[in-house]
Amino acid sequence: MRLVDVKRLVFGDRQADKVVPPSGFTAQLTVFAAGAMAFLAVFALALSLASGRLAARWGDELAQSSTIRIVAPMDQRAAQTEAALGILETTAGVAFARALGEDEQQALLAPWFGTELDLRALPVPQLIEIIEEDSGFDAAGLRLRLAAEVPGAILDDHSQWRAPLVDAANRLRLLGWISAGLLGASVAAMVTLAAHAALAANAQVIAVLRLVGATDRYIAQAFIRRFTLRAFGGAMVGAVVAMAMVALLPDASERAGFLTGLSFQGWHWFLPFLIPLLSAVVAFLATSAAANRTLKRLA
Amino acid sequence: MIELENVAYSYGGGALLSEISLQLAPGSFYFLTGPSGAGKTTLLKLCYGALQPTSGAVTLFGDDVSRLQRDGIAALRRRMGVVHQDCSFLDHLTVTENIALPLRVSGRQTKAAQEDLTELMAWVGLTHRAEAMPPELSGGERQRAALARAVIMSPDVVLADEPTGNVDWEMSQRLLRLLVELNKMGKTVLIATHDLSLIRAAKSQVQARVLRIANRQVQLAGADL
Repeated sequence: MRLVDVKRLVFGDRQADKVVPPSGFTAQLTVFAAGAMAFLAVFALALSLASGRLAARWGDELAQSSTIRIVAPMDQRAAQTEAALGILETTAGVAFARALGEDEQQALLAPWFGTELDLRALPVPQLIEIIEEDSGFDAAGLRLRLAAEVPGAILDDHSQWRAPLVDAANRLRLLGWISAGLLGASVAAMVTLAAHAALAANAQVIAVLRLVGATDRYIAQAFIRRFTLRAFGGAMVGAVVAMAMVALLPDASERAGFLTGLSFQGWHWFLPFLIPLLSAVVAFLATSAAANRTLKRLA
Repeated sequence: MIELENVAYSYGGGALLSEISLQLAPGSFYFLTGPSGAGKTTLLKLCYGALQPTSGAVTLFGDDVSRLQRDGIAALRRRMGVVHQDCSFLDHLTVTENIALPLRVSGRQTKAAQEDLTELMAWVGLTHRAEAMPPELSGGERQRAALARAVIMSPDVVLADEPTGNVDWEMSQRLLRLLVELNKMGKTVLIATHDLSLIRAAKSQVQARVLRIANRQVQLAGADL
């Protein structure tokens, strides 16, 4: 597809369409189907982007931090905590490690126990927060060393429950993209069918045009232009309606912050506008292929 | 300009035309006659590249038709005016738009062409029917509209397939006069018809040659009609 062709398609002889009779009802079906596909595609896109964000966020936040719990009798707890911190200092890949203060632990447990409870009265484990370097550390090695020197320490690198969640989010994103791809293919199939029907219905018109000296390109253009504009127009309406509905979705609240809103964020709002453009391109290619195939068979 | 060399054409069943060698001289007036089903339409189609010969060579304006691409055939049609048996109009366009169709598809809708169009409409006597739709036309009007469309590009050759098939004698005389006028302007004219009285009528107006299809071959008939 050369630029000149696109220019001619958009700005070219608008009268050229007139040589093919208007098709009324079937034309509206094409517009409707393109609109419906675009509507669905916006949601598929929103789903993909949201699950992508989710995967990235869970992956990033959780990958960089781990926790050690010291479960030991009260009198040994301070000593074991010291020992664990000592080991962590000499562990490669640990950027920073610190024992959480009493008030911090209290704050963490407040949702369950309330703020009134004195934690010192309970055998609450001591928590050590570890911030990893990008390279990460050898969790298995660290566990062995802790087991040898700090019997009450339990390393939790979050990977056990993080990995399946990130996996699920990634799978969800893939599903979203596959849906978007299938929708695109459906637009192509729909336009191809509609174009074939239009070409077949207008066989007589095409024959007359050939007889008066029209080139295949001229004839094809009348059809291509129509279907491209219909797919574009329909998809534009569908996409805008879907975007309005996405915009009206309730935001994910702070409390549910580990999930994410389905809504588009920032520059992602521009992405749905690509859907009508892609629909137009798909319709252009599908109609071109159908028209060229059909015209070659005619005298 | 139109040359057939040892051309044969057969539909699935058997040979319709064989060993046809023919050369249309520029500026001459031809009739192609023969019984129904003898292959008049087929021969005309070979002459405007709608059919490829089964064997032999058709040369149009110096180009071997079998070597032409589809666009080449389209370009060729712009140099030939064809009046089809069934006229073949686009029923959703007005008569004027139909007559101007060859200009439109070749991108030559200029102002000068617009004036030519008005003149041409007057010449075929359809000015008052300019905005009519093709289905509203009578048989004679259809044929004249088809003739106008055939000559709007000012072709060197005009091919007409039974142009007087569906019209009364008076109208066929009128069409004949238009074709004779075209010939006098220097255009080669080839009319396929089974109407011998039309041929006789023409002989008084123009020096016409008669090609007759018989036994799958084309013979130049004498002046003995």
